[in-house]
Amino acid sequence: MIGEKALKGFFKRNGLLLAFAFFLAVTALNAPAFLTVGNILDVLRQVSIVGTIAIGVTFVVITGRFDLSVGSGLTLLTVIVVDQNNIVGPLGAIIMAIFGGLMVGVWNGLLIGYLKFNALIVTLAMLSLLQGLTLWYSGGANVNVHNAQTTWYAFFGRGDLFGVPVPVWILLVGGAIASFALMKTRFGRSVFSVGGNETTSKFSGINAPKIVLFAYIISGFATACAAIIMGSRVMGAQSTIGQGYELNVLAGIILGGTSLLGGSGSIWRTIVGVAMLGFIQNALLLMGFPYYIQWLVTWVVIILAVWIDLAAKRGKILT
Amino acid sequence: MSEVKNVLSLHGISKFFPGVKALDNVSFDIRPGEVHALVGENGAGKSTLMKILAGLYNPDQGNIIHQDKHVKIRNPLEARTRGILLIHQELSLSPELSVAENIYLGAWPTNFFGVLKKRKLNKDSLIALSAMGCDFGPKVRVGSLSIAKRQMVEIARAQAFNANVVIFDEPTASLTDTEKEQLFNTIRELKARDVGIVYISHKMDEIFEIADRITVLRDGTVQGTVHTKDTNINLITKMMIGRELNTFFTRANSEIGSEVLRVEKLCRKGEFENVSFSIKSGEVLGLYGLIGAGRSEVAETIFGVRKADSGKIAWMEKEINFPTPRQAIDMGLCLAPESRKEQGLVLNMSGKNNVTLPHLVKYSNYTVMDWRRELATFEKYREVLDIKTTGADQEVVQLSGGNQQKFVLAKWLCNEPDLLILDEPTRGIDVGSKSAIHALIAGLAEQGLAVIVISSEMPEVLGVSHRILTMSEGRLNGEFSGMEMTESNLINAVSQHLEQTA
Amino acid sequence: MKQTLVKITTEWLMRNHIWAFLFLVVIFFTFASPYFLSINNLSNVLTQSAFIGILAIGMTLVMINGEIDLSVGAILAVSVALSIGLQNSGLGIWTSVMLALFSGAMLGFLNGSLIALSGINSFIITLGGLIGIRGLVFVYTGGDALIVKDFSYTEYPEIYLGPFSITAIIFLSLIAFFQWFLTSTKHGREAYAIGDNAEAAYDAGILVKRHVVINFTICGFLAAISGILLSMRLGTAEPQAGRIWELWTIIAVVLGGTRLTGGYGSMLKTLGGVLTLAVVQNGLRLMNTPNYVELIVMGAVLILALGLDRLFTSKTRENV
Repeated sequence: MIGEKALKGFFKRNGLLLAFAFFLAVTALNAPAFLTVGNILDVLRQVSIVGTIAIGVTFVVITGRFDLSVGSGLTLLTVIVVDQNNIVGPLGAIIMAIFGGLMVGVWNGLLIGYLKFNALIVTLAMLSLLQGLTLWYSGGANVNVHNAQTTWYAFFGRGDLFGVPVPVWILLVGGAIASFALMKTRFGRSVFSVGGNETTSKFSGINAPKIVLFAYIISGFATACAAIIMGSRVMGAQSTIGQGYELNVLAGIILGGTSLLGGSGSIWRTIVGVAMLGFIQNALLLMGFPYYIQWLVTWVVIILAVWIDLAAKRGKILT
Repeated sequence: MSEVKNVLSLHGISKFFPGVKALDNVSFDIRPGEVHALVGENGAGKSTLMKILAGLYNPDQGNIIHQDKHVKIRNPLEARTRGILLIHQELSLSPELSVAENIYLGAWPTNFFGVLKKRKLNKDSLIALSAMGCDFGPKVRVGSLSIAKRQMVEIARAQAFNANVVIFDEPTASLTDTEKEQLFNTIRELKARDVGIVYISHKMDEIFEIADRITVLRDGTVQGTVHTKDTNINLITKMMIGRELNTFFTRANSEIGSEVLRVEKLCRKGEFENVSFSIKSGEVLGLYGLIGAGRSEVAETIFGVRKADSGKIAWMEKEINFPTPRQAIDMGLCLAPESRKEQGLVLNMSGKNNVTLPHLVKYSNYTVMDWRRELATFEKYREVLDIKTTGADQEVVQLSGGNQQKFVLAKWLCNEPDLLILDEPTRGIDVGSKSAIHALIAGLAEQGLAVIVISSEMPEVLGVSHRILTMSEGRLNGEFSGMEMTESNLINAVSQHLEQTA
Repeated sequence: MKQTLVKITTEWLMRNHIWAFLFLVVIFFTFASPYFLSINNLSNVLTQSAFIGILAIGMTLVMINGEIDLSVGAILAVSVALSIGLQNSGLGIWTSVMLALFSGAMLGFLNGSLIALSGINSFIITLGGLIGIRGLVFVYTGGDALIVKDFSYTEYPEIYLGPFSITAIIFLSLIAFFQWFLTSTKHGREAYAIGDNAEAAYDAGILVKRHVVINFTICGFLAAISGILLSMRLGTAEPQAGRIWELWTIIAVVLGGTRLTGGYGSMLKTLGGVLTLAVVQNGLRLMNTPNYVELIVMGAVLILALGLDRLFTSKTRENV
């Protein structure tokens, strides 16, 4: 006999995953195409871009801050990487995108970490700034990779490795590295400490501004990686290509259960959250709903997820 | 004339917190038109009692009788409607609202549509303000007033709500002497209008100036209530401390070695000035002073969390630049800060991770944390300090205050420091943990560590230190050792400074 | 007497530095473009600023409360779609408008109730709203733009009172009303107390949760007003109407000086912020700068505003 209380606790803690499993089962019954290897790989390929960015943003969120600039960062960097493919070649383009991503991170990090400006506003300003830079760079025109069919650059977005798409590999390997960095290294420990209690971190000799700066640099780097995948997959870009990604990223992180207050969270939770959103969206499409229903479902799922999480935590403190 | 009527009386009040009996069968009464002082060491139960009166806590046992009626004060609003008003140490005013709006916060006169009757509000407030002799009007934004004037606004609430009991919690902590006089005049006026006043303070001279009766609390029990004219500072202090010294405390029997730290003319504008002292290995140096005297600020400046304006610092007899916290930790100077929860620990981190937090480099190989070594250290100090926790991964938020404090100590002890500064090491923890920590301090000194103990609990300072410095209003004003270390000497030192400068 | 006047003026300017900034911006564009300082153009600026401006009124209210509403752009789109869609389906113009206003208020009420009931951060709740309410618009319109059938509807914005369009008049009246609301009503004054210290406000007997619900309802209602004015002006209902306007709204409010942390701000500050935003946009366009300059300048100005605010707050703190 398992205690009723323990059972209740199990449902409370894992209610979201159970609901998700139930949802998957229903979908699989209604749309046989859903649970096929091909479809699952497709979904993973789709979520890999949001997922890659979300890995970086998770570091920022664990320090107790935001990054709303990743969507327009993705746009700018994709436009750059695509256009520069034609000018300096793939390798140069990739290096430029990564450099650009790091610079965005440095700027955000300096203003937020060292000058202690409000993260929401600074990254909002950066969002506007990056949008401006994109239009300045492209003049609002679409850009394309001219030798899309022959370039090795196609590997990142379109390639396969052992039957699994390369973007998924990037997500998984990147996720593993990031998870290791977060859970096992000095830096990761400091990230949790700064998000958990900045004053205590200061009293423990941890250089909080530096940690925040690095978190934003990681976020910028992850955005650059996502831009490289995006450019390779689409082989083109226009000035709206990354619009709204910051929202999807945040939605995935929140759904994964990382607290926006900082001090807790994990990379695999973020990836699960992002993947859950991806599967829900895919399932809705397969069941014949119009694409915009996914937004309604996201709304409901986010609020329910956070509410359940909060209620479970309150319960824990009470008992 | 047969009996004096009480405006408010408490009978047999008890309050329990997990692991601590904060108040034990406390009885206390307030008569109209008297100032009743409440004194005791930190942790004696003053603030708990005050919070019960103000409706912030509910008592677990006992009765409250207010104006001849048995009452329950369930929340602050209820306290206020009954005419019981608490003047906080940290003021609870909204800076963007006007004086009048703050006075009547939550009870604004409005018409049917919810529009404020500003004229009535301002008129009523003006009456309250002028009754207190305030030189500012009701329409002024509170944010533009000085701290003393803001306090007047809070007191004006007493006038406005026709309060019959007003509780002052350390009201002079941030006031100048003139402002203090003004406050005392206001208190006397309230007294003249038959308001019962509870006055909580650490400052003995103030209490003897303003109070009619004094009630002494110790360890959650009432030690007695006396008329001010029948007593003196020494008697009150005895009641506060109560126990024989030296029976509870173990003073280190250590060999005093060479100088570890010397500080010369350390200054930080607005906080402290000209602080000079030195400490040798094996020595326990007590730093005694009231809250707000600048003790923690000095410690934090030496440790590098705050930047010094001027002064010199020498470590191991060599002059050095002021360190950053990182450098201080690495050279063996550690600070266990005043506030466990806000400065000492990351509450939602595990005990193990809290212990190794300042020493991440030491516990990692090429940036990768070595959890085996971390765990070994955790287990070692868990045993040495007898920490009660379910395991290395338990978050410290779930532990009692005493066990949390032991984690703070473990966090620094595992660094094997040469100098350990302990800021209020036993505040708010149970008696058992207290004596364990005192024994630990002695043990550390005997091993050759230099320890600075900052405390506002006199018996603690007297019991563990070899030498005591007293501090008041940002200055060191006394040094005592051996037979000079007595309660009365310390009290004189921290309270006489005011008169000397005035 | 003179000195106190100077003191009062400096204190006012410290607290409302956006107006000094706006003044400088106006001077700059007056010299930069000959077309800028004409009644016609300024009247145009005012009309154009009204849409973000009305959203900003609600946002200011919510922000003084210490909360944030990211869903205003989506609620605006709902009201645009409903006001045009309903009248196309045969309801009268004013019935449709009333229903659109009502649904805006209801969506705000929903946001506020979720925040009050769950205790979840308003950022998360309204971020969900931003995504989901937009979904509602798509559900209603099927993802297509609706075009108004009765063209008399698009003639209302052509009403002018002197240089002021009806849109601008509504905006300015709302600013005036809500400035009065903030300074003179119980609800308005409570907002400051709650935003400054919600716990102390609760202890003083203020019903904090009810207050939050009311403010979000007002914020949704105002978003709907802005949406109706926009639908009259455009005559079409794009499902993407008002996209990322919540960001511009936050920018305008923060530029004005209202703080995200709550307890501080006013409608006059927000008016200054909204006008500055509109003047910069208009001025840059008159100077024929490419559109990216506008975005870059706004980003830079926002960081500058943060810097100024930091400077002035530390100054006033020293004065205490």
